[in-house]
Amino acid sequence: MSVRHKVLLLDDDQDLLELYREMLARLPSQPEIHTATSGARAISLLESEPFSLLISDLNMPKMDGLQVLTIVRRKFPQLRTAVMTSVVDTQFRTRAYAMGIDLFLEKPNTSQEITFFLDCIESLLGREMDGGFRGVQSKSLVDIIQLECLSQSSSVLKVTNGALSGKIWFNNGEVIDAESQDLSGEAAFRKILSWKTGNFEILPADPERPRTIFNSYQGLLLESAQALDEAQAQVPEGESAPGPEEGAPAPASESPLAPLARFNGVEFVMTVRASDGKFDSWSAENPEQISQWVRQTMQRFRVLGDGLQAGQLSQLEGLGPQCHVALVSKADNDLCVGFHRSLSQDLVRETMSKIATKWAS
Amino acid sequence: MGFLNLLTKRGSQGATLVRLPTGSFTLDPGGRIVASTLPRSFPAGKVRQIGDLVLSTFQAAREAGIPLTELIADYAALKLTARELRGGAIIFLAPRSLGQK
Repeated sequence: MSVRHKVLLLDDDQDLLELYREMLARLPSQPEIHTATSGARAISLLESEPFSLLISDLNMPKMDGLQVLTIVRRKFPQLRTAVMTSVVDTQFRTRAYAMGIDLFLEKPNTSQEITFFLDCIESLLGREMDGGFRGVQSKSLVDIIQLECLSQSSSVLKVTNGALSGKIWFNNGEVIDAESQDLSGEAAFRKILSWKTGNFEILPADPERPRTIFNSYQGLLLESAQALDEAQAQVPEGESAPGPEEGAPAPASESPLAPLARFNGVEFVMTVRASDGKFDSWSAENPEQISQWVRQTMQRFRVLGDGLQAGQLSQLEGLGPQCHVALVSKADNDLCVGFHRSLSQDLVRETMSKIATKWAS
Repeated sequence: MGFLNLLTKRGSQGATLVRLPTGSFTLDPGGRIVASTLPRSFPAGKVRQIGDLVLSTFQAAREAGIPLTELIADYAALKLTARELRGGAIIFLAPRSLGQK
């Protein structure tokens, strides 16, 4: 039995809301339409019951659409969001997409545009029905792969984990290929399976994809699980295990941050937990003070970004006469890497990108 | 076309949508703005907030033993670059466009 989607329309113009409600109610999926004339009201509604889609205007008094989206993306990460606005400005489009919206549409003015608008919304609701993997935290990657195989699907599973991304190709319920960074085939499959968190997206099937994996999906999952168990057993409790194909495990006495420091020009490495300030450091001279600076600085720049509606803070770099530093975040953790002052800014950026990728994995 | 025109908002009273500015401003060591090329439409409160954050970040970095002369914050939709100027700072703001690295 199909479930009726709930769509929440947010616009400060009541007349427009009524028009959109009538238009959307005629979609083939016959969604249930709710409306709100203010951001605060919309957020209250979202808190009170589950919705499939929020369609928001941008230009509104008191709380504008970007402010609403900032809050919604954080509080309801699984909610599909679309912006529908008469503000024709590429900057607002960029900022809205930077916040993770699914669609940015201009308010329709012609019958053709209305048809296009309705098609887009219907397609988005359809994606919600077919996919729905984004933000799923109760399902592991193994569950999702098993679902694809058991349902005899032909599709491409795109997985992103921080700066990393990978794809797994399915054909009639069989895993036929995988790709991640510079890996392919079974090595890439095992690499992707080693990620503990991330986002999933089901893409259309790619029937032309050549087959490189001939093992059954049960065999692949079993081997990956065994490799992960072995790797987990070789590191102290509470620390994350390296990927199974990353070679020999680190010696017991080596800091888990040491592998991140094996890049040219790295002087120190530090991770700081944003929630409580707990940190690990490798080779930092005054780790207590630096960790406090890292935690405070990242927190304050994130707040600034939210206030400006400038999207996610992807990286912070500092250049100095004694050393350079680069900071990135992942989930609740901040990573700070100190570089030798002789490194150019471009080299700092390039090296930090590699370190962040390794850290995320 | 009268019906279709209804779909476009007839002006929004008190709307607060603010563009991210392109430009720079200079702060003296006391945090006062001494020069600015930012558009007037960008709220002064936001400019002060950015300036205070940059100056305090430089100050805190010095206290942590990692003195900095330049700071670059990369947001998805904005790049903020700050250079230290004898206790003050010059801060550049540059919004990003879609797909720009």
